[in-house]
Amino acid sequence: MAILTKDEAKKLLDKVLGYSKADEMSVTLNGNRTGNIRYARNNVSTSGETDNLSLAVTAVFGKKVGSATINEFDDQSLEKTVRRAEETARLAPENPEYVPMLGPQKYIETGAYAESTAKINPEFRAQAAFDSIDPCSKKNLTAAGYMEDRAGFSAIANNKGLFGYNPVTSVDFSVTTRTADGTGSGYASRDFNDVSKLSTKEATEVAMNKALASTNAKALEPGKYTVILEPTAASDLIGLMMNSLDARNAEEGRSFLSRKGGGTRLGEKFFDERITIYSDPANVEIPGSPFTGGGGGRFGGGGVDGRPQEKTLWVENGIIKNMSYSRYWAQKNNVKAVPPSGGFIMQGGNQSLLDLIKSTQKGILVTRFWYIRAVDPQTLLYTGLTRDGTFLIENGQIKYPVKNFRFNESPVIMLNNVEALGKPVRAGGVLIPPMKIRDFTFSSLSDAV
Amino acid sequence: MNRRDFLQVAGLSTGAFLLADRAVFGRSVAPEALLEPGVDVAVKKRLADAALNAAKSKGASYTDVRIGRYLRQFVITREDKVQNIVNTESYGVGVRVIVDGCWGFAAVVDAKNEDQTAKAAEEAVAIAKANARLLKQPVQLAPQKGFGEVSWKAPIRKNAFEVPIKEKVDLLLTVNDAALKNGANYVNSVLFMVNEQKYFASSDGSYIDQDIHRMWPTFTVTAIDPKTGKFETRSELSAPMGMGYDYLQVNPSDKITGITTRYNKGYDMLEDVTAAAKHAKQKLTAKSVEAGKYDLVLDPSHLWLTIHESVGHPLELDRVLGYEANFAGTSFATLDKWKSKNFNYGSKQVNLFADKTQVGSLGAVGWDDEGVACKQWDLVKDGTLVNYQAIRDQVHIIGENESQGCCYADSWSSVQFQRMANVSLAAGKTPLSVEQMIKDVKKGIYIIGDGSFSIDQQRYNFQFGGQLFYEIKDGQIAGMLKDVAYQSNTQEFWNSCVQICDDRDYRLGGSFFDGKGQPMQVSAVSHGSSTTRFNGVNVINTARKI
Repeated sequence: MAILTKDEAKKLLDKVLGYSKADEMSVTLNGNRTGNIRYARNNVSTSGETDNLSLAVTAVFGKKVGSATINEFDDQSLEKTVRRAEETARLAPENPEYVPMLGPQKYIETGAYAESTAKINPEFRAQAAFDSIDPCSKKNLTAAGYMEDRAGFSAIANNKGLFGYNPVTSVDFSVTTRTADGTGSGYASRDFNDVSKLSTKEATEVAMNKALASTNAKALEPGKYTVILEPTAASDLIGLMMNSLDARNAEEGRSFLSRKGGGTRLGEKFFDERITIYSDPANVEIPGSPFTGGGGGRFGGGGVDGRPQEKTLWVENGIIKNMSYSRYWAQKNNVKAVPPSGGFIMQGGNQSLLDLIKSTQKGILVTRFWYIRAVDPQTLLYTGLTRDGTFLIENGQIKYPVKNFRFNESPVIMLNNVEALGKPVRAGGVLIPPMKIRDFTFSSLSDAV
Repeated sequence: MNRRDFLQVAGLSTGAFLLADRAVFGRSVAPEALLEPGVDVAVKKRLADAALNAAKSKGASYTDVRIGRYLRQFVITREDKVQNIVNTESYGVGVRVIVDGCWGFAAVVDAKNEDQTAKAAEEAVAIAKANARLLKQPVQLAPQKGFGEVSWKAPIRKNAFEVPIKEKVDLLLTVNDAALKNGANYVNSVLFMVNEQKYFASSDGSYIDQDIHRMWPTFTVTAIDPKTGKFETRSELSAPMGMGYDYLQVNPSDKITGITTRYNKGYDMLEDVTAAAKHAKQKLTAKSVEAGKYDLVLDPSHLWLTIHESVGHPLELDRVLGYEANFAGTSFATLDKWKSKNFNYGSKQVNLFADKTQVGSLGAVGWDDEGVACKQWDLVKDGTLVNYQAIRDQVHIIGENESQGCCYADSWSSVQFQRMANVSLAAGKTPLSVEQMIKDVKKGIYIIGDGSFSIDQQRYNFQFGGQLFYEIKDGQIAGMLKDVAYQSNTQEFWNSCVQICDDRDYRLGGSFFDGKGQPMQVSAVSHGSSTTRFNGVNVINTARKI
């Protein structure tokens, strides 16, 4: 029920638009079936499944915008929702930043939907949990994990002829395994659109090996170290930077991309010349949404945004090539309204994580970071800690586990201190290489395991 | 997730706003709908009884039913513009059962008749039976007497939803105007208002009707120096409160004057934003801190977050036991430390208590979400760890036979679980003012307001920033500092506590959006304290060049 076909969705959206008396009207329809299973102490603690289908209507009179949502789909309820959105719009204060809705757009098909994921049932989830718990129980390790799967679609339409439909499936899995005495901990996470690529057993084995190898960690002095960041660790920090590319903030003088004396640093060389980052909704490894505003675009800018997502270069050979724009800010500045990207792809080389370790004389291998928070938006300084597998590398080999560190570091500084980039892999919805970075700042030690 | 993260997630920091798309907030409605009465209490009892009976007849040994109506209004502005006004309502019923020693849960949206709630109960039973096959240890539920038909209402003076939206918009635009006139280049301001109408019924014989209100006025001002390309911000010194619109109706006794005005049970948003704009400008030219050891004097508007992270979370029993190992983490405060009865959590001055009863706090209710009457209990007594926060299926592990009453679900559709009670630092017993405390500090920093925060997954090592930093030299405030963050270890930090101001200075801070669990649920929680001094804490300088 929650997942409508393209034709079913279009028919419903057209019907809703047919009730409109507003200057402009847009409608967003989202349907999802979401399931999850959670376990801890080698026992399943909760599992569940929910269906949700909801429709949001945005009505516009002049520059006055109003929205209403509903999850009932009889004609009377739909018409009532349209009237409520119109009424809200009439009473709303004028939004001086309102930009009229887009007309028809061309959207690519992204291939983000996999039938295998859509078919997941409670038995599948129980088996996935069992495959993770069982090997841990046998090795006297304690597993805590979570898997969430989602199958759904997003459809958008407006009374200027715009229509888009995007079916998506996804599965996210993570597991933490701990030794019985609590002195070792390991972690692994996987995310895919197609669940047939997921083996909870394989991921759990990675976490188990880390837990067993990380017992009796030794303390090293905090300071500047060469680090090898596994993709999971790297994606968190680089992802935060990629979320900070808003042009308006930069032009207003409150971004790391603001230029002294006014303006922005677009076009400047900002990072090591090996750094190239782009987004591409058609990438087969991390297919994205073909359009923006599958709901969120209703706010701020007013109405379904619906801008097509296309391949966009953000950083090329270390140079900032693009920033993201709201339609209002782009129009005001007479530039292309480049939408913010959903995911990103950071180019790397051909080396594996093991190759990076082998070529390191002295360094720290970081499995993941934890509790990363902004310290200074001016410099994109972040703090956080290493967690679940931190090791000393000497002469190309992992020597021994080390106690976790707190770091204070900026991804901008990091990407100027690149020693080597490995082969990109998918982690946290992005494609990112493992990376070797020199002079990474660890500022204190933590006793946490 | 904490409050500033939430602003980040909600896109507030950049002006866009996605809140109404979060399913947890339910559907968007007209503002008038927020004042309409919900389902009558007699009908709720019938809906609940249908579920209780259905579950029992299918073999449940225990059942509870939560009928929830969650109303929210957010008014969001920047400079001279209203960015969004969000009104949402979410209504439904969640049924939780124990069958064959195993929990099962099911929920139904918009349930208006007995058939729907009975069906949800049957689904919950079916899920419990399915899960029971994998069960290793049956649930041990602490006994709880039924309270019959009772009710609790937050003691608010003015329901925020009764205030016309225009009045709220006018307030925020006046606030924004004051910020811009006093030196800010940009300002974002928001009013968050929540009303939870919750009905709880259980097979223990309780039928509990509760009406809970929360309110949070908040802003961030930004000042820019185009010549240097630098910018600084200052956010509100308000606290999210378990109050109505009366929080914005200030009495002079609600104000704590000093180097800047801080607030107790009433908040003057206009006064605070005026000061904030000046502070943000002042920060642009403030002295960058010299790293080193300092004595810290921490205002309650700051200290609440350190209490939240370094005391509230590690003393949640589910974390201690490992149920949050894959997400929020575990805890350094292990059972052996508690059993030893001599684990030195802090200095002798340190008394930390949990409660769900403080008037005006975010956690205050009459009964928790599994029908336990709320109370106050000690966590750290004279510096020693004495207890945890635990709910009905956990208290047997710490040898208690009654739950502490800190179970909560953020929606009718979420399963209730252990959530942090208000955890607070008791005021000092000897009369001591902030001025007297500062007078004795030779080399120190006075910190007001919460800022950046981060702590490890077992709650040892932390780092906190703030909103305002003042250097203390030889008992005098010597001027404003910037680029300040302090790092410490929980046990070391609380053992460095040397003085706590008396109860005249006791105030609440809190989080509107504390996150825990997978899928994540949010919870609102307050933390009280008086201004407190910690000696010899490591301060770092956070300035960098890029």
